[in-house]
Amino acid sequence: MTEKTALRHRLAERGVDRQLLLLLPALLAVLILFVYPFAYGMGLSFQGGLGAYRTFFEDAYQRDTIWTTLQLALPAAFLNVAASVPIAYRMRGRFRGKRLLTTLLVVPITLGTVLTAEGLLNFLGPTGWFNRVLLDAGLVDAPLRLTNNYWGVFFSLVITGFPFAFLLILSYLSGIDPTLERAAATLGAGWWPRFHRITLPLLAPGLATTFCLTFVLAFSVFPSAILVGDPAGTTRVISIAAYHAAYEAYDYSLASAIAVVMGVVELAVVAAVLGVRSLFYTGSTGGKG
Amino acid sequence: MTWLRLDGVTRRFGGKDALSGLSLDVEQGEFIALLGPSGCGKSTALNCLAGLLPLSEGSIWQDDVRLDTLPPERRGFGMVFQSYALFPHLSVRRNIAFGLQMRRLPRAEVRRRTDEAIKLVQLEEHAGKLPGQLSGGQQQRVAIARAVVLEPSLVLMDEPLSNLDAKLRLEMRTEIRRLHQSLGLTTVYVTHDQEEALSMADRLVVLRDGRVQQIGTPEELHTRPANRHVADFMGYRNLLPMTVTAVTPAVVTVEGAGLTLRGTGVGTLAVGDEVVAAVRPEDLQVGPDGVPVTVEVVEYQGRELAVEARTAQGTMLHLRAVERPTPGDRITVVADPARVLVFPA
Repeated sequence: MTEKTALRHRLAERGVDRQLLLLLPALLAVLILFVYPFAYGMGLSFQGGLGAYRTFFEDAYQRDTIWTTLQLALPAAFLNVAASVPIAYRMRGRFRGKRLLTTLLVVPITLGTVLTAEGLLNFLGPTGWFNRVLLDAGLVDAPLRLTNNYWGVFFSLVITGFPFAFLLILSYLSGIDPTLERAAATLGAGWWPRFHRITLPLLAPGLATTFCLTFVLAFSVFPSAILVGDPAGTTRVISIAAYHAAYEAYDYSLASAIAVVMGVVELAVVAAVLGVRSLFYTGSTGGKG
Repeated sequence: MTWLRLDGVTRRFGGKDALSGLSLDVEQGEFIALLGPSGCGKSTALNCLAGLLPLSEGSIWQDDVRLDTLPPERRGFGMVFQSYALFPHLSVRRNIAFGLQMRRLPRAEVRRRTDEAIKLVQLEEHAGKLPGQLSGGQQQRVAIARAVVLEPSLVLMDEPLSNLDAKLRLEMRTEIRRLHQSLGLTTVYVTHDQEEALSMADRLVVLRDGRVQQIGTPEELHTRPANRHVADFMGYRNLLPMTVTAVTPAVVTVEGAGLTLRGTGVGTLAVGDEVVAAVRPEDLQVGPDGVPVTVEVVEYQGRELAVEARTAQGTMLHLRAVERPTPGDRITVVADPARVLVFPA
């Protein structure tokens, strides 16, 4: 009896007790909805050994989709983070109309990719408002081609990715104690040294995380690459390659292999960014949140 | 010689005066304490001085240079924050060197002065650590070193001791006073702790609801508070609403709640005025021919005992006793008329 209770105490001290059973439903859901399909896909991709991977990497048309996607996702993620920082920095305090402005900036998240693509076609297309204004003002002779190519997809990625990056960075910024900048000011630092010597280093880990998340979102771009892109050429991204393999060529093995390659590329970028992040200070930032 | 002058400094938040019309002349090397309960405007005053809050009205002058229009980074004041506000990503050494680097001083001088400041606050062993690895008292010392390393013309301290435990608070109090004397720094110190203010400052400014109640030396405030609010803050725990029954040049006699007391009037009083009689617990003593009271609570406080007793009419009195009474005992208490202050209500 005493030995039994002692064992239970020892387990409880390590956090093992009956409350752990509460984890079961979530664990089951993860197993059924994530782990099993993932393992199944991995298995599919290795049907016939490395054949599917060989097919992908030996065919330049397939292989180049990695580079095409990176060319879209990396600059888009970078721009989203870079544009969010000054706006969030200006908006971290309290001011009248902050909620309205935040709502406006965040609206694109709720629109969905298809509506954004429609809007882009109407606005930036050859007969859209943007080009008509440029033409009427005599600034250009022929309409600028801003849709159905690289730029269309890029704009779409910025529009849908920016609110996400902005919200994340705003919350990271509000986690930095505002007294730190005030202290820097009393020590003689103007706004620029205050920003780049105090706020930016404290924000850097948050920027890295935000970059990773927006990059992963952008890397799996699919609808806008077709709707406002050039899906047969310059914006034939890796997800299109996977889709073709699965639903046009019915080569599930190749499609799974492409999906695995996608994951590996994403992981590589994320690992690189987090590697750089570990060089920065990552501890408390003094604020709440 | 007046060196820093605050002239009608006022700050409003949303139409409400957080600080109204603070006028104060500060001499070089003086230690001024701004004292008052929370919400009295003392931190507002400090932030206005530092330049972290713009003034709604009034002006601040230093040697005939108008300061209140300058941003904080151009005032050259050192500030110690309540939360210390140490840069968490910089080592102790780089925290202290930050201000010197901002002044673009030569590297060798930055190094020399940083070393001196680290030595001054005895943190040599911890110079390479991040603030998160230090104890509260050590962080406090870094914050002070960071503010004084610039040899600022004025050091502002915003409740710097409020996050420390009682023992450390006493040590740091002496430490700050010692630094103030050895460096000859002019200091404005904000606190809500009247004991802290009395023991450290050359002059005190008592604030209430954004208004100055009294400015004076610790002795002046302690023995001659200007009104009942200052008296309340200076440890006059017995504040008894009463009515004047007789006035002579030296003594005012007041009555109320079944008590008759003789005291010293503050301001002009006439028979029939509603007043507040203020007595410190240590000035109420057990003695013959006094007010009969029943002892209710006795607290041991080392050299003496704090006693709460009630009169027959139910008025609670705080007093000190040397011998321990038992709750329920009936005793009589007396007070020296010179130590009973009578304020207009």
